Amino acid sequence: MTARARLITLVVAVALLGTVAFASVMHASQRAGERDTAQPGGPPVSAGAVSLTGSGRMVFRNMAWGPYRDDLVSVPVGDPGGARVAASVRCLRFYAAAGTGVCLRKEDGALQETYFASILDSGLRTLHDFPIAGIPTRTRVSPSGHMVAWTVFVGGDSYAGSNFSTRTSIVDTRTWELTPSLEDYTIIKDGRPYHSADVNFWGVTFSDDGHFYATLATKGQTYLIRGDVAARTVTTMRTNVECPSLSPDGTRLVFKKRVPGADPDEPWRLYALDLKTMAETPLAESRSVDDQVVWSDENTVMYGLAGDYGDDLWSVPADGTGAARRVAVAALNPAFIG
Amino acid sequence: MYLADRGPTAATAPSDADHGRTDRAAQPGRALRAIPATVLALGTVSLITDISSEMVTAVLPLYVVAGLGLSPLGFGVLDGVYNGVSGLVRLFGGHLADRGRRHKAVAVIGYGLSAVCKPLLLIAHTLPLISGVLALDRTGKGIRTAPRDAMISLASTPENRGRAFGVHRAMDTGGALLGPIVAFLVLGAAADGYDAVFTVSFCIAALGVLVLVLFVPGGRAPATAPLESVPAAEGVPDGGGAAPGSPPVTLRSAMALLRIPDVRRLTVTATLLGLTTVSDAFVYLMLQHRLGISERLFPLLPLGTAFFFLVLAMPLGVLADRVGRRRVFLGGHVALLLAYGLLLMPLDGDVLPFVVLALHGTFYAATDGVLPAAAAGAVPAELRASGLALIGTGQALARFCCSIAFGALWTVIGDRAVLGIAMAGLALCAAWAAYALRGPETA
Repeated sequence: MTARARLITLVVAVALLGTVAFASVMHASQRAGERDTAQPGGPPVSAGAVSLTGSGRMVFRNMAWGPYRDDLVSVPVGDPGGARVAASVRCLRFYAAAGTGVCLRKEDGALQETYFASILDSGLRTLHDFPIAGIPTRTRVSPSGHMVAWTVFVGGDSYAGSNFSTRTSIVDTRTWELTPSLEDYTIIKDGRPYHSADVNFWGVTFSDDGHFYATLATKGQTYLIRGDVAARTVTTMRTNVECPSLSPDGTRLVFKKRVPGADPDEPWRLYALDLKTMAETPLAESRSVDDQVVWSDENTVMYGLAGDYGDDLWSVPADGTGAARRVAVAALNPAFIG
Repeated sequence: MYLADRGPTAATAPSDADHGRTDRAAQPGRALRAIPATVLALGTVSLITDISSEMVTAVLPLYVVAGLGLSPLGFGVLDGVYNGVSGLVRLFGGHLADRGRRHKAVAVIGYGLSAVCKPLLLIAHTLPLISGVLALDRTGKGIRTAPRDAMISLASTPENRGRAFGVHRAMDTGGALLGPIVAFLVLGAAADGYDAVFTVSFCIAALGVLVLVLFVPGGRAPATAPLESVPAAEGVPDGGGAAPGSPPVTLRSAMALLRIPDVRRLTVTATLLGLTTVSDAFVYLMLQHRLGISERLFPLLPLGTAFFFLVLAMPLGVLADRVGRRRVFLGGHVALLLAYGLLLMPLDGDVLPFVVLALHGTFYAATDGVLPAAAAGAVPAELRASGLALIGTGQALARFCCSIAFGALWTVIGDRAVLGIAMAGLALCAAWAAYALRGPETA
């Protein structure tokens, strides 16, 4: 091949590849634009005031296409599929209790995306911003509204290359004292202090301002742990429990459990655990659920499952009876107000 | 130890099987002009390919969690296992390249394999599949590394090899720095446009393969000049001059490389130093723990290292050509030793992270390209890719073992104590290396 022929080949290839690259970006850009237009038949959304106090409201992240996509919205508890009132607060993950909200959000930068955990007052105004090191996944507020916890996925923490790990942080909103990572707590496993480089925590659920349950993973096994904020300890309780969620009366946990023989892409099923008898009951949801459920009352839990436009919200009785029911489309991370 | 003595007098002698692009300009003043076209072409291929692969690396966590809505825990479970496999793949790639003297063909396979992985990401929507695609991508990287470095060494004259590798590494790192910027430009133009990122990444990777095919001379490497061969290296039956009728390259002859004292010494040295080289992730975590760098700035730390690596790779390569590659290679480890020391000292101040990152980047600039440049002088041309793979794999596997041990000790005895141990180990190994690698150096 002559130098001239090589050059011509290169120019033609650059033109071809450049066209393909440009077309793919344009296509994706157009698709992103479409999401700003409301879908016919979708839930009606309008701007308005959203408050974390009051009663009978459910606040969640709206995933329906249109100008209010990803905004926090409020609906009456009695009509969760009805008209949504949107506040201009955009979150990836959200939770609220007793007038304190937590919003895990993304900010676009030139070189990379950055993430923050914003603690919100009852009017959704930011009280405090904490920079977080990874992609948000779970967040909870204690029943009193004083303590907030969140879990993020961190890449590159691992010495083994492209592994992911989690980092779970807890903050006391009365003092703004932050525990950057639960890995700073002492782990008591099977009655003895435990050390390992591969420890991961996720999915905190508070029982009160000083105590919580969460998941600890090490050596390929997950454990339900009970944490003590004052003593800075976590104690393992049993295995194969992920993303526990404590019932309002504090007697039961609903969690996702890896079931043997399941499709590796859909490994989890929802179970309830009675904390007094330690008896496990499978819930009447036969699909794999990868979420930390939210209790909508003493007997019902809600969770997300992939839908046509983002996640849909489903509910199922917490005692193994009944059947799963879709509560709202294009909705994520509900919190019940009042 | 005393291989063919190639002092400055040999500078203009016909050098390696150089694919017809000998660099004859030995005068240092003509630094840039003197870089062989083959090296510039390979550097361009690496630059383009690194843009492509770092685009994917930058968005992958986001894609898995936010785009696919998957829980990526345990995503890299096989990573450790795969590190071992990729070492073997590198040896295999080196051997394959030497076997038919088809460095370019094997490199094309390696680059091509990584390129086809990008469109595969468009259809892999589960973690096992994505892990599989990434493993394939890394297999491509493993295959191409040794033949590419062999081509760089064969295309440059012995006395300019440090510079050639320095230029290549600088271009490579430049691509790695540009990749995330391109990826986030695409995501900025198209929100959640991960498919666009992968498509653009593929187009860029394909361009890299094309530049390799079009502009890097290939074909069978001609027989080596006598000067480049290893005369009468003890115990190496076919280690002599690669006359046209020399025996075929076999696995045995590749392993017999270890019987060349200089190759053995370099392999052992690189492996020992690798055993005490703490992985980047831990250096950044230490910086964060000791200096309280915010979570927000944390992801920028690797960019600091890459910046200094980029800027210093060529100057230190030139320096290695002048004062000796082993000296610069050891000097790089002294820089790392200083970085460890700074991390251990109860110092404070805004400048400290920059100093540590500068030392860390200096370490890479003084070792990453300088080691193959030094190794090339010890390995006969007909086994060049195998030899470079051997030394590189030893170093990589040792570093991986160090990371595992370091990670295990980190939680038990604390970050300072374990870094102190690593520092003492590194000092010992560096002292031993200085002793083992003393004496005149082969160019």
